[in-house]
Amino acid sequence: MAYSRRQKIAIVDYGMGNLFSVKLACERVGLEAFIVNKGSDFLKASALILPGVGAFGEAMDTLNKLNLIEPIRNFIDSGKPFLGICLGMQLLMSESEEFGLHKGLDIIKGRVIRFPLQDFEGGSKVPQVGWNKIFKPDYKPKDEWENSLLKGIKEREDYIYFVHSFYTIPASKEIILSLTSYAGVNYCSSLQIRNIFACQFHPERSGPTGLQIYENLAILLKTHQRVE
Amino acid sequence: MPEQNIRVIARLDIKGPNLVKGIHLEGLRVLGKPEQFARYYYETGVDELIYMDIVATLYGRNSLLEIIKRTAKEIFIPLTVGGGLRNLADIKTVLRSGADKVSLNTAAVKNPNIIKEAARKFGSSTIVISIEAIKQDDGRYLAFVENGRGHTGLDVFEWAKKAAELGAGEILLTSVDQEGTGLGYDIDLTKKVAESVPIPVIANGGAGKLEHLKEVITEGKANAVSLASMLHYGFFDKSRIGNDFSLEGNTEFLKSGQRFSKIEPADLMTIKNFLVKQNIKCRKL
Repeated sequence: MAYSRRQKIAIVDYGMGNLFSVKLACERVGLEAFIVNKGSDFLKASALILPGVGAFGEAMDTLNKLNLIEPIRNFIDSGKPFLGICLGMQLLMSESEEFGLHKGLDIIKGRVIRFPLQDFEGGSKVPQVGWNKIFKPDYKPKDEWENSLLKGIKEREDYIYFVHSFYTIPASKEIILSLTSYAGVNYCSSLQIRNIFACQFHPERSGPTGLQIYENLAILLKTHQRVE
Repeated sequence: MPEQNIRVIARLDIKGPNLVKGIHLEGLRVLGKPEQFARYYYETGVDELIYMDIVATLYGRNSLLEIIKRTAKEIFIPLTVGGGLRNLADIKTVLRSGADKVSLNTAAVKNPNIIKEAARKFGSSTIVISIEAIKQDDGRYLAFVENGRGHTGLDVFEWAKKAAELGAGEILLTSVDQEGTGLGYDIDLTKKVAESVPIPVIANGGAGKLEHLKEVITEGKANAVSLASMLHYGFFDKSRIGNDFSLEGNTEFLKSGQRFSKIEPADLMTIKNFLVKQNIKCRKL
């Protein structure tokens, strides 16, 4: 019976960032996770996670070299759940201004820009390193999070862990799921479009609040499987 | 008051299998098993953890990997690991064991370009530069290595700026003079470094009571505070009873049940409540 089959999460390894905390967070909520660096391995996955910490240009080069760009596109086209975390969110955009202009995966129209430079004395430090809150854009339905991986997260109350100097500006404001306030800007801290969920923060480093997001993924996958 | 949320970080100095604590980074006492302390801090709301293998530089070994692996399975907050990491391969090994960031001191002093290379390979935010500062008779602050024993001749403020320019994501700033004394952080040192670099500065060394945390955040402009003794002595009793700690190292203190008088132990809840009361923003569970 298909229902008893364990869900497998593929975590894309392209040499950037701590994949192991992502894997351990998946395992903590009962998901089987494996780390992959070959596009052919995506086929057996019920969900794909693109994590990442590091430089945008370098990441795109590596994805290219490892021939992972088409498999990522194909996976997203398949309609199965896809998660982009931190750099993995930024890479979905059209372009980034990090160390010169770089083309992204262009799966979501939008740009990646740096936090404005502040004076060091009293200004916000860049990178943002630490805990912050998320909230809903005022033009979005109040109950939108209920149908997303953010279900159960309390806006403007729960703390989530962020580490980044750059943030995304999606061309369509409609896909923004949450905003966060830092260095004088309200920026997109998570987005959702079709089967894509992407977040600038690190759910796997955000204590019980972050694990709730992985828990929600596990629940989503169960539902998904029933539909199949 | 700082606009940003301040992080409260537990620093665990590790020697072999044990959590230890010294004064001025020397005279180490065994306190217990690091994983037990780490789990307790995680559950009570610590924002990050730092594991420092404090003898690794001296003996060229790294016994931390197993401890990191066990910790990463249970603790879902950022874990920084330092001590004896010599090159990119060492950094990779530690990250692959479950650390999120690495802290470099000796390796970066010997070859500052490792900061650039490591930042490019693993991301700036992964690279924390640890600076051990000792105040000189003429008032200058010089950077040291190997727990304050190795002279580098580097001016702390110049070195901090250079590290930031080369791509460091954060600075872990230790006042060796204050470390383990419980007499408070070095406010002047912290303020001057914090105002010299665009990246976050973690103040370390000297916390003995709650008031010290407030001082280093408001006057010292620290973006994060690192604590050891205050937290460790708070958890001390629980871990001491029935703890199967290894006999390696100086366990006399542990067996004696003594206290260290300058330190006023506090748990994380008490610390966070205190900070919020002082209008300092921080995460509360």
